[in-house]
Amino acid sequence: MEERIYERLLRATRREFYQQVSIDPTVPQLLEKAERDGVETVWHRYLAQQPQCGFGLLGDCCRNCNMGPCRIDPFGYGPSRGICGATADTIVARNLMRALAAGAAAHSDHARDIIEVFRGIVDGWAKDYRIADEQKLLGVAKALGIEVDGKGTLEVAREVVEVAEMEFGKPGNEPLRFLNAYAPKRRKELWNKLGITPRAIDREVTEIMHRTHMGVDADPLSLIAQGLRAALADGWSGSMMATMFSDVMFGTPKPIRIWSNLGVLREDAVNVMVHGHNPLLSMKIAEVAKDPELVELARSLGAEGGINVVGMCCTGNEVLMRLGVPIAGNFLQQELAIITGALEAVIVDYQCLMPALVDVASCYHTKIITTEPKARIPGAIHIEFDKAKAEESAKKIVRLAVENFKNRVKERVFIPKEKMEAMVGFSVEAILSALGGTLEPLADALRSGKVKGIAGVVGCNNPKVRQDSSHVAITRELIANDVLVVGTGCWAIAMSKHGLFKPEAAELAGPGLREVCKALGIPPALHMGSCVDCSRMLIALAALSEHLGVDMSDLPVVGSAPEWYSEKAVSIGSYFVASGLFVHLGTVPPVLGSPKVVEILTKGAEELLGGKFFVETDPHKAVKAMLEHIREKRRKLGWPE
Amino acid sequence: MIQPLEEFIIYVDPSRCLGCRSCEVACAVEHSSSKQLFSAISEDPRPKPRTSVVVADGVYVPMRCMHCDPAPCVKACPTGSMRRTDEGFVVSDPARCIGCRTCLLACPFGHPSYSSRGKVIKCDHCIDRFKSGMPPACVEACPTGALRFGRAEELLGEERRRRALEMITGLGEGGVVYRRAASPVLVGR
Ligand code: SF4
Ligand code: SF4
Ligand code: SF4
Ligand code: SF4
Repeated sequence: MEERIYERLLRATRREFYQQVSIDPTVPQLLEKAERDGVETVWHRYLAQQPQCGFGLLGDCCRNCNMGPCRIDPFGYGPSRGICGATADTIVARNLMRALAAGAAAHSDHARDIIEVFRGIVDGWAKDYRIADEQKLLGVAKALGIEVDGKGTLEVAREVVEVAEMEFGKPGNEPLRFLNAYAPKRRKELWNKLGITPRAIDREVTEIMHRTHMGVDADPLSLIAQGLRAALADGWSGSMMATMFSDVMFGTPKPIRIWSNLGVLREDAVNVMVHGHNPLLSMKIAEVAKDPELVELARSLGAEGGINVVGMCCTGNEVLMRLGVPIAGNFLQQELAIITGALEAVIVDYQCLMPALVDVASCYHTKIITTEPKARIPGAIHIEFDKAKAEESAKKIVRLAVENFKNRVKERVFIPKEKMEAMVGFSVEAILSALGGTLEPLADALRSGKVKGIAGVVGCNNPKVRQDSSHVAITRELIANDVLVVGTGCWAIAMSKHGLFKPEAAELAGPGLREVCKALGIPPALHMGSCVDCSRMLIALAALSEHLGVDMSDLPVVGSAPEWYSEKAVSIGSYFVASGLFVHLGTVPPVLGSPKVVEILTKGAEELLGGKFFVETDPHKAVKAMLEHIREKRRKLGWPE
Repeated sequence: MIQPLEEFIIYVDPSRCLGCRSCEVACAVEHSSSKQLFSAISEDPRPKPRTSVVVADGVYVPMRCMHCDPAPCVKACPTGSMRRTDEGFVVSDPARCIGCRTCLLACPFGHPSYSSRGKVIKCDHCIDRFKSGMPPACVEACPTGALRFGRAEELLGEERRRRALEMITGLGEGGVVYRRAASPVLVGR
């Protein structure tokens, strides 16, 4: 079950190494260039770390207090308790919950930034932002129980933002308002019964930090319960608000065709890459890049094609869904984009930015521009993005990129030609409208067995997995078995690059799913957005469960994170499990040091919540288990297998 | 016949050891039946590391078999279980070991230990890995270079250069090249 890719890599010849690390055709080409240019990448650093510390891999080392660090000997010859007496069970559970807290905090803090600007619209200081989707705003208000009749848009907006702001730190024990508004009744009752209904986002994260302090909560079950509570706060409020307010301010995504992979970089244009997560910045960059004066400046410096904005990682997903901005790649390609030698600037906000970007960029003319006070990288240029003067700020940043075009060294430019077309932008609203305004056609396809089930596939890349290989293998096998796949994040970018988001990919689906896709003109795998947009899947599944009159845990639905690396994925996986889903993990989380924690996550959780984790690094075996789960749920619903 | 300085050795440098015990974990995994951490931890019998990090006077010392030549344990072993392989490593053959512990008494470094089945177990210099051209598991796992593997000549040459550099740059302990003072107390003496 352990990944052993590094052992193969250590013994590989150079050429084999280039081929082994990814299934993306652009990767070996740029790794060869990296070597010529004397540049180190994530894969080189991954090898230099091998073999990785066994204590860390198993999760049984503790650094939570200064009597430590303490380690539990997994073979049982050395210490079985930390200095305070903590067992491997306590230590592993505490570590995992801290990771989850970090993930929930990251999503929710991202939401906070968006809500702050939304407040700026209401109060009038965020002049360069506006309410783009009034319908969505009214829908959110109604769901929250806010009276909208006879009120102006701004008035409604003010009442909505007041609720949103309170989600982070409201006092008292009432459930989170967004969770209360959007989660199905059966789930809410269950969470209440188990005592894991979240009260306020910051509070649940803080409580994890408190409980995992030395000498507080030592019981793995109770620690994990609190983790699930924070995860629910993330999924059903933090991430959900990030999605909803982005939709209100920038528009709810609709199907749109885009290009993906490094071939979207252009030799004849200033290439600017937006990287990170938050659309507040990237949307403005994409907008001001069309400014005639800046385009003229680019032309005057010899960039005939003007300014070419491309995305990377989830902020890339945000702008590609809404503006059709091409996407250069997913997580493991961030350095390669610079190695093309054709990138004038990488403009970043936060999350998933490798600090190594600066080292790689130092070998080229590329400027790394950080924009958020909370995410600075030594060696980068820092230009704070002022949201009160968003356009001016964005122009200043883009101008710097444009002026840098004159430093591009033509002889050192190599842009791989590979790029792929994709149909993206399937928000819940877009899916509903494709279905003709009601979920019934989907419910019907599920009941009849034309579509056997739904899989939500999400998450990152991780050098422990050959890049994109598990994403593609799992998705292809699921659709071939008539399972509709939806998803977000770097999975979605992988699908774009490998052609699975083309409507023609329906040919790869089983006969039932193929028929449905062809009738609707959609691909067999649907791009639902960035990682905070996993909340779109919650909304869709909640609606489906209410439509069918069953609990979310009764649906023939699975989740999977085939190549996950980040703490945010720990939170996402956990809110899906707490929402009743079977969640497959394709890289091994640091929990095997505690059989008890493993038992809770992979078995105990199912008895309580109907959802559980399943760890399997082999994509084929993983799909087998997912299909088995779907069959079992169908049997229970009395639907044909 | 391998000349002494062409021999493969593991160079142990306590001044670089951080006591993370990764070498112990890697050794246990290498001597498990699955050879994979995630499954090795639940094997029966539990795989046992052949090396152990000992704290001596505040310094971490990764203690492992020295594969001495001639080896006192080989001489002392009454059944011929303890023997030297063609590669020059000292190994013990569980089929012939009677668990008398004579080798442990003979070993100047306290190296051999006993399995739950009453047989001696000891470092085999990861002979299987050696045959396929790989460094011993403990060396591969050591993140700091406290354990290094290679030809004696090269490793010692490298070490000589490093110490020479320390001497001329004045960064090291001037002139103390062969003896590393373990603690101020010892220096005082
Ligand atoms: S992961 Fe834990 S045990 Fe391993 S090196 Fe780091 S602190 Fe030490
Ligand atoms: S067991 Fe002891 S005596 Fe035998 S070779 Fe190893 S160090 Fe030398
Ligand atoms: S050489 Fe192999 S057997 Fe000997 S201590 Fe190192 S890992 Fe263990
Ligand atoms: S792996 Fe290296 S640094 Fe860690 S305890 Fe062993 S010898 Fe010391």
